[in-house]
Amino acid sequence: MNRPITTARRSILRRFAAGVLLGLLPLTALAADPLRIGLILPLTGPFASTGKQIEAAVRLYSAKNGDTVAGRKVQLIVKDDTGVAPETTKRIAQELVVQDKVNVLAGFGLTPLALAAAPVATEAKIPMVVMAAATSIIPSKSPMIVRSGFTLPQITGPIADWAAKNRIKRVVTMVTDYGPGIDAEKTFIARFKAGGGEVVESIRTPLRNPDYAPFLQRAKDAKPDALFVFVPSGEGLAVMKQFDDRGLKQAGIRLIGTGDVTDDDLLENMGAAAVGVITSFHYSAAHDSPENKAYVDAFTRANNGMRPNFHSVGGYDGMNLIYEAVKKTGGTANGEALVEAMKGLKWVSPRGPMAIDPASRDVVQTVYLREVKIVNGKPWNVEFDKVENVRDPGN
Amino acid sequence: MTSAPAPDAPRLPGARWSAPEIAFWLLAVAAFFAFPAYRVLGSQILITGLFAVTLDLILGYAGIVSLGHAAFFGAGAYAAGLLTVHGWGEPVSGLVAAGAAGAIVGYATSFLVVRGADLARLMVTLGIGLLLYEAANKAAFVTGGVDGLSGVSMWKLFGVFPFDLAGNTAYLYSLAVLFVLFALARRIVNSPFGLSLRGIRENGRRMPAIGSPVARRLIAIYTISAAMAGVAGGLLAQTTQFVGLDVLSFPRSADLMIVLVLGGTGRLYGGLVGAAVFMIAHHLLSDLNPVYWQFWLGLLLVVVVMFARGGILGGVDALRRRSRGASR
Repeated sequence: MNRPITTARRSILRRFAAGVLLGLLPLTALAADPLRIGLILPLTGPFASTGKQIEAAVRLYSAKNGDTVAGRKVQLIVKDDTGVAPETTKRIAQELVVQDKVNVLAGFGLTPLALAAAPVATEAKIPMVVMAAATSIIPSKSPMIVRSGFTLPQITGPIADWAAKNRIKRVVTMVTDYGPGIDAEKTFIARFKAGGGEVVESIRTPLRNPDYAPFLQRAKDAKPDALFVFVPSGEGLAVMKQFDDRGLKQAGIRLIGTGDVTDDDLLENMGAAAVGVITSFHYSAAHDSPENKAYVDAFTRANNGMRPNFHSVGGYDGMNLIYEAVKKTGGTANGEALVEAMKGLKWVSPRGPMAIDPASRDVVQTVYLREVKIVNGKPWNVEFDKVENVRDPGN
Repeated sequence: MTSAPAPDAPRLPGARWSAPEIAFWLLAVAAFFAFPAYRVLGSQILITGLFAVTLDLILGYAGIVSLGHAAFFGAGAYAAGLLTVHGWGEPVSGLVAAGAAGAIVGYATSFLVVRGADLARLMVTLGIGLLLYEAANKAAFVTGGVDGLSGVSMWKLFGVFPFDLAGNTAYLYSLAVLFVLFALARRIVNSPFGLSLRGIRENGRRMPAIGSPVARRLIAIYTISAAMAGVAGGLLAQTTQFVGLDVLSFPRSADLMIVLVLGGTGRLYGGLVGAAVFMIAHHLLSDLNPVYWQFWLGLLLVVVVMFARGGILGGVDALRRRSRGASR
């Protein structure tokens, strides 16, 4: 009767010892666990193109760099938040954290959506990579937020400086009346005035169902040297058409703006009307570098000829940020360690050199001045000048 | 073999809760334990359900069509949100403030709404909704504009229960508030006042002849409905700790109409069932295919409206009547 008990005891002891050994090897235990990335994007609704571009770029990144990083398998969980309801974005973020146990949250198409999800990242201590939303304040809302896209003041400054230096004296500004538009307007006016220019009129157009014709007529009547425009991604086409129809070009008014106006995604449809438009932006599909050539080539091939736009590089570089941070930490799942590893990372992206500012966790990058030209029969944003290491002036 | 009562046959105001009703509420409690991973979604279904019940009060009972009900929802959400942003994060008093905000906006606009007929009301409510949306957009220094109102940090509920990531507090809190307001709504529609509303819905010109002041009745129910919609908005602000401009948006009013029609109007439970079916379908379909799910949702709506008159609950009633007829 004695023997079975001792064997049982022995086997318990053995199991216990094995447990201790396993406990001492957390790295091996983690290696078996996949790294889960929860990607929340607007894939339907008015901002679907943003989500489409980012998702395509993220998939391209994992296809190119493999789905294993630092010994951990990468698992993507893509969710649609429709782009218009912050509580849906927040709920999806909560579900991804609680149910799917994601290690990183990423995506976020618009500012309110990112702001709504920020407390989730803070509470769960999970890194949140903001790929598209572009208002200055975002990274200040949670210590876990890191941005891989751009900020509006960051890309608006250079065009204002360029205009002031290039014999443009009087400008009318026209922006969409919401957060990012007002950011752009403020930055442009401040920088342009500092450069000695004069803003004769500031027009704000409504966010919903805008008809640009009357606003452009007002701009024409003010007889400026140039019209500065910011509109949300996707609206550039309508502005360009009206600008052409109203004969502003013939009246000698130049069109300048942020790169959203000549969005690569829509540029082909704008055709000759867009030629000569000067914009400043962080990404052009025509950027001349081997990294970008390979990127544009692979992207268009994988997506039925769709041209990658600025949102796509936000997604691509966001993935790079996650991969590099995981490599740097040797495959940890600790969110704070990942954010720490993301701070100060530098790499060469298809858009050019970029880095993450360790203090603000915001993106630092080169902003290019570009002119729309016809190359090989198609319009492209051709870069002719650049300003290196531009930070968000808000920080 | 008594025949089943008509779906909106009046009951006594203090009528006892029938067995299906009790089962319904037990189900809502059971869902908390059965689906621990979906408590956040659950809380949002409860809030949408409450919001739909408030629309049912004016649409299903008083016959006021509205495409601008989000105005009151949003007013409540901003009231509750702003209160916490400015330093008062106690949830229950926040809801009272949200209800008051909804009631004020509702009372102020009710005079415009009771005047017209259906089409005029659609336009007026739509217009009021758009006005408030633009006002909140312009008043960015108060509301945060398009960026939304962040920094809503709630105190613990009763000083004990924090609003957690898993949504435990959010679910039970929403359920409790929903139940209290639902019981109130149930009492109202079964009271003589509620009966007079049905009279107005059926024939508003005749009601004065039996001594019922039509305009005053409509103003009263419109204000009550707006106050309750305000509470629903406040709940959303508190449980998500964020207020976006979309709380006032037209799609929110339109979705609400879909939810209510889907579930069935004029029966209070229609709004709750509609919210549950709509949001669960939304969730499941968008998980299946994050890009093309709206096609299937649209198909579901068309099928329900085509084949189940009076929404889902109307369809259930019809089936019950038919099976009873067959057994006779």
